[in-house]
Amino acid sequence: MATLKVPVGPADHSQGPADAPVTLVEYGDYECSHCGHVYPIVKSLQKRLGKQLRFVFRNFPLREIHPNAEAAAETAEFAATHGKFWDMHDLIFENQNSLSEQMLEELAHRLTLDRQALRDALRSGTFAERVQGDFSSGVRSGVNGTPTFFINSQRHDGDFELETLLRAIQKMIHSHK
Amino acid sequence: MSNILSAGTPAPDFALHVTPDQMLSLKELRSRPVILAFYPADWSPVCGDQMALYNEILPEFHRFNAELMGISVDGVWCHAAFSRDRKLHFPLLADFEPKGAVSRLYGAFRDKEGISERALFVIDKKGTISWSYISPIAVNPGADGILEALKSLPK
Repeated sequence: MATLKVPVGPADHSQGPADAPVTLVEYGDYECSHCGHVYPIVKSLQKRLGKQLRFVFRNFPLREIHPNAEAAAETAEFAATHGKFWDMHDLIFENQNSLSEQMLEELAHRLTLDRQALRDALRSGTFAERVQGDFSSGVRSGVNGTPTFFINSQRHDGDFELETLLRAIQKMIHSHK
Repeated sequence: MSNILSAGTPAPDFALHVTPDQMLSLKELRSRPVILAFYPADWSPVCGDQMALYNEILPEFHRFNAELMGISVDGVWCHAAFSRDRKLHFPLLADFEPKGAVSRLYGAFRDKEGISERALFVIDKKGTISWSYISPIAVNPGADGILEALKSLPK
């Protein structure tokens, strides 16, 4: 069974309490339609489970098939350095159908981030290493497509619908009691 | 699930079409590790299918000087179209005629459906299978096992 090889740490982007009984890690690609599909599903899970769930997002851009995935991932990391990772994460998924570098700059502007600073960061690959680090940790952990979820470090091999994920997470919560 | 060839077995040699007018044989690749990835079919309807995923991970395989080859029973023209669509940078071999012959040699053929299993083999530079793995047909096995196997090959 595939397991998460790099534990969740302070460098990760997370929502929810660190001592939540369940940590859900998503390896995702901002340009992947399946990731776009699960974006509201994860929001529902967070709403339903409240403090019982910690959610972590790691980058897994499929660069060969998704030309904007890398830039989108780096843009979210750029926003993170201004404390706005999740705002950007959400905005990108909500505008997934019209992704382009221009659109990413537009989103940065909407979050009152400096367009030019983003452009420079993308040109010079300031956040490329960070994104690659996520990608490599995913490969070593058995990420097998996007999105791949890990529930308390175990890869989730079922589908990504709300009921399936909810059932898998609740099973994990009960096994911890 | 089928009984695939296990570690320690000499990898059976074969020659298959890699393009409409070009054959590739396993023994041509001696002196470097080879990853054989048998898979059921081209064109699975997901973003990160197994071949697309390995395509992204190719640099990590190359770090071990390893050569990756995908194998399915699809024909050369089908492979060519699939490969172009997914921008694959590694060869796809057509185990097409006689159908599934190489998959059978490796114990990785499903008679009932007439397709290859989702089976992985890492072959060392002397031509011996050093690791093999069969995944449930619906589960893309990822690349963690392959990388572990490459890491434990003698230098």
